[in-house]
Amino acid sequence: MWSWVGHRITGVVIFVFLLVHVLDTSLVRVSPEAYTAVIGAYKNPIMGLGEAALVAAIVFHAFNGLRIIAIDFWKKGPKYQRQMLWTVLIAWVVVMVPFLIRHLTIVFSNFFGGH
Amino acid sequence: MSSKVIDAPRSNSAETPKYKRNKSSHSSFEMVAWLFMRVSGVVLVVLIFGHLFVNLMLGDGIHAIDFGFVAGKWSSPFWQIWDLAMLWLAMLHGTNGVRTIINDYAERNGTRMTLKTVLYIASAVIIVLGTLVIFTFDPCPAGAVIDLPSFCPVP
Repeated sequence: MWSWVGHRITGVVIFVFLLVHVLDTSLVRVSPEAYTAVIGAYKNPIMGLGEAALVAAIVFHAFNGLRIIAIDFWKKGPKYQRQMLWTVLIAWVVVMVPFLIRHLTIVFSNFFGGH
Repeated sequence: MSSKVIDAPRSNSAETPKYKRNKSSHSSFEMVAWLFMRVSGVVLVVLIFGHLFVNLMLGDGIHAIDFGFVAGKWSSPFWQIWDLAMLWLAMLHGTNGVRTIINDYAERNGTRMTLKTVLYIASAVIIVLGTLVIFTFDPCPAGAVIDLPSFCPVP
């Protein structure tokens, strides 16, 4: 049940981000200055943490989505749904740890280390 | 484990004590939509994980993203098609997901219709805008001076 709630919440969060993401990327059609200015405004630790949270939501939604597909289409899926939820959570940690190390290093070293 | 249970949508409210919306026609739309969520979901896992890996993990990661970075990618049809597929599949997947949530929680017919109308207009605008941007994009716009990709002619 909580995986279902989590799937809905992360889904809505990702969708709202996607609308904004297409809009900001569309600024490349306005001018290089406009795009680089807006992207530059994202390059701070607060947004960096937001990006980390967004990727965390995407990775959970992706892995839990694959679990839903397995439950729906694999004969033994419903029987192993709880084990597959643990697999989702472990896979989420396995992906997120290296991602967070790499991403937060980039975000914080560039912000505090200057350009 | 926790004993707190969240009621299934449309199952327990004063306004809809029982599920009693009009039965729709014998359309297979809902089945097609259900299948689309699973098929597009698998494809999106590949497209979005690839997108995140290339843009956030390789090179200087997110710090390297500027106009020149986008221009460099979209000078290749490979990334144009990749991003186009990602745009359409993600928008349709997300729109159908939010449509389901609206159907579950907006109980009044008028509210449901209004929210879905707003959703469909917003989605259509974003899909059309994103598609136009990918295909009408000029990596070396006249008059631009900063952050151009290296292959642009020097002015």
